[in-house]
Amino acid sequence: MENLQLVLPEIFLSLSIMFLLILGVFKKNSSRLVQSLSLAVLIVTAVITFNETIGINETKLFNNSIIIDYLSSLMKIITLLAAFLVLVISSNYLKTFQIFKIEYPILILSSVLGMMVMINSNDLIVFYMGLELQSLALYVLATFNRDQIKSSEAGLKYFVLSALSSGLLLYGCSLIYGFTGSTNFNVIADQLNSNEYALTFGIVFILVGLAFKISAVPFHMWAPDVYEGSPTSVTLFFTMVPKIAALTVFIRFLYVPFLNLIDQWQMILIFLSIASMLFGAIAAIGQTNLKRLVAYSSIGHVGYALAGVAAGTNDGIQSSVIYIIIYILMNLGLFSCLLMLKRDNNYYEKIDDLSGLSKNHPMLALSLLIILFSLAGIPPLAGFFAKFYVFKAVIEQSMYFLAIVGLLSTVVAAFYYLRLIKIMYFDEQKEKYDTDHGFWLKFSLTASTLLILIYFIFPSQLIEVVSRINII
Amino acid sequence: MNFPILSSLILLPSIGALFLFFTKSDKKNNFTGKYVALFTSAVNFFLSIYLWILFDPTTSEFQFVEERIWIKDLINYKVGVDGISILFILLTTFITPLCIISVNNSIKERLSEFLIAVLIMESFMIGVFCSLDLVIFYLFFEAGLIPMFLIIGIWGGARRVYSAFKFFLYTLLGSVLMLVAIITIYWLNGTTDVVELYNSGIDIKYQNLLWLAFFSSFAVKTPMWPVHTWLPDAHVEAPTAGSVLLAAILLKMAGYGFIRFSLGLFPAASEIFTPLIYTLSVIAIIFTSFIALMQEDMKKLIAYSSVAHMGYVTLGIFTIQQQGIEGSIIQMISHGLVSAALFLCVGVVYDRMHSRLINTYGGIVSIIPKYSILFMLFTLAALGLPGTSGFVGEFLILMGAFKDNFLVAVIASLGVIIGAAYMLWLYKRVVFGKLINTDLKQMFDLNRSELFILSCLAVPTLFFGFYPDPLINTIEVSISDLIDQYNFKLASKT
Repeated sequence: MENLQLVLPEIFLSLSIMFLLILGVFKKNSSRLVQSLSLAVLIVTAVITFNETIGINETKLFNNSIIIDYLSSLMKIITLLAAFLVLVISSNYLKTFQIFKIEYPILILSSVLGMMVMINSNDLIVFYMGLELQSLALYVLATFNRDQIKSSEAGLKYFVLSALSSGLLLYGCSLIYGFTGSTNFNVIADQLNSNEYALTFGIVFILVGLAFKISAVPFHMWAPDVYEGSPTSVTLFFTMVPKIAALTVFIRFLYVPFLNLIDQWQMILIFLSIASMLFGAIAAIGQTNLKRLVAYSSIGHVGYALAGVAAGTNDGIQSSVIYIIIYILMNLGLFSCLLMLKRDNNYYEKIDDLSGLSKNHPMLALSLLIILFSLAGIPPLAGFFAKFYVFKAVIEQSMYFLAIVGLLSTVVAAFYYLRLIKIMYFDEQKEKYDTDHGFWLKFSLTASTLLILIYFIFPSQLIEVVSRINII
Repeated sequence: MNFPILSSLILLPSIGALFLFFTKSDKKNNFTGKYVALFTSAVNFFLSIYLWILFDPTTSEFQFVEERIWIKDLINYKVGVDGISILFILLTTFITPLCIISVNNSIKERLSEFLIAVLIMESFMIGVFCSLDLVIFYLFFEAGLIPMFLIIGIWGGARRVYSAFKFFLYTLLGSVLMLVAIITIYWLNGTTDVVELYNSGIDIKYQNLLWLAFFSSFAVKTPMWPVHTWLPDAHVEAPTAGSVLLAAILLKMAGYGFIRFSLGLFPAASEIFTPLIYTLSVIAIIFTSFIALMQEDMKKLIAYSSVAHMGYVTLGIFTIQQQGIEGSIIQMISHGLVSAALFLCVGVVYDRMHSRLINTYGGIVSIIPKYSILFMLFTLAALGLPGTSGFVGEFLILMGAFKDNFLVAVIASLGVIIGAAYMLWLYKRVVFGKLINTDLKQMFDLNRSELFILSCLAVPTLFFGFYPDPLINTIEVSISDLIDQYNFKLASKT
């Protein structure tokens, strides 16, 4: 008998989704109720995950197709918390556009379920199943503002390109299955010896698919359009939550079955990382829309996270996880600011709309200043430490080229972050924005800003959290 | 010594800034805000004087060392001072209150934010000078960019945006390579603790590249020719208090870094690259002096003269002679006082006439005599007249240079003449001559706060000019020990 307790979070989440769906259909005007219940579900799932799985040793279930270990538990909790925050701060935005419907929280819950399956996966089929579940929910979320043509365009674009990448990924899976006779990560690892070159093809195809999901250059084309077109609250979700799961799969897929082929995939990962860092930094300079700018900046940040994965050590993996945690924190703050740029039921998302913000809304501008400097990686803010850990892991493997290119692209990236600060602080002021934001929006902005600001006082805590990740 | 005096020095200004942040900033409270800032920085100054009194100049060991676990198994928070760093801390705590007094006349809006930026800046700068761990050093070194960027960008002149960006990106570009070097050192030696690194030495195979990485950061910050171009822009656009901070303190971080890290950690590489430094320093001295000669804008002229003065500093440091390095440190202190005073002098006339162009002025000696006297004193100090602190520094540097390399010393000495030319010509055109511009007649002489600030700067300039012993006593042992270590490591090839 399998130990079902370990998959209790997933079971609970799926049952809740079904229940909420039925509730939403049969009870009229229940969007508020469904929203609150979804929040409760996310929190309860996180608590169950924490209680049941965080302390246990590596365990495999269902013919070794699912793995529960510290990495998966940690990443699931981060996913759930991030989803909770996204859901809780987006309600005002949704109400403004009159898209505050029951589908929204349910779709988010479904994609979170898909991500949890991805994070747990120790098998190509399970991994693919989770990936598709989360993607399908995300397509619908991107088009959620149906009346806006841009939103529909974003969803369609995302769907077509994502389907293509899923196809490539599946082809990679079939190649690997063909050469090793199994879809299980551990079995694949045992079968590596004979078919090294053939397997490389499989790895490349799967990496392409994954790079697409995490929006790494050169598979990033969809990101700016989709981020711009989707409703801002969905963009927030896109920039944060799927990246956690994709990064976990990156780590698991490369380090469990293919650790011995590190020479083959390391170069690919270094290329992805360098291209993303450079391209993200350079392409963001010309943007005039804040959401597009965030898209490019997130492409750049993914590059840094992948640099840690490319290092090929436990240190590298841990630094990547730290990077993604701090990145999520900064992004949360950034989007909280974006969601506050609201006047007369209209949300503003051009860069010029920030003009003179420091005079009208000094506290908002100060928070954004701290977040932007942190994104640029200036000490003593949290963003610096994220980069520091990654480059420490990279340099320990003597990958100087990667480190130097990465750090130089932070200088390029600093330019566009500084441009935002310049517009906020040095330019003339415009009309004031509304100040009656909900409690949670204010809370998420204040909390993320403070955490970024005072991270340098307690840097050890985060390291301790990730130090139990042990893949190799 | 259980009282954590260095950490208090670092933290106090930040606490003051926090306090200012929470007081409301309407017109009336700006007034109290200023006193809060002044009080904090004054307390910090007296604390640093107390530190100097307690300081034991007979040993080169680090004193007042505090060590705490910061990132477990990785980095310890470690601060301490020796003869090399203590004077810079004093300079910082001395200049900051003067800056805060000077904002009365120049900063019209968002005063409390400005004071917050200045106080945070002070925290970071003190942190730079007393950190004994490379990562902590880097942290403070880079963090200083944020307040300075805002000071130039928010309160600066017409082209402030361009200047602020140039300042930020130039220095950031220089510094990221240093970060790579710091992490590499950690990887090589397993520690970034400066004291341990002094003892263990760094593998000679890597020294050249590491030295270059540190150099790229310090050269931009110093600034050395040819990466000095951000400095004139930053100075011209920054508000007076910003220019003062920049010239008096920020530029000294690099000189300090050269002594502490380039010489201390990479002796073999320093020996190899000395000709490079000599060449760049001599070019800086001669070339930027000529550029300074041709400037129309007073602030720009002083900015270029700063580049030339810092050329002497780098030259002195890499002579690796007792006199040379002592001279460099005294030159940095003196330049800190004198350039601060000169920028304030420009600020004084700018506040009245709103022009920094030299040809606006002329013949103001009879209208504002007190100003003219003090301005003359600092002009003479800048060109290194005996009896001012500028002379002591330059003289010692040239003495060290003559011991090490005759040709370089001769060329550098010629720079002194050009230096005298541009400073005296500036003074002549601004203060003497016929009074052509009749608007100048409405100028009033120094008010109380201006007189106070300039006198505060004049006293040490003259005092250390006649009697540099307190400075030399403080740094002597540390420097001779540094040179011994340097030669020892060079001989034993580590």
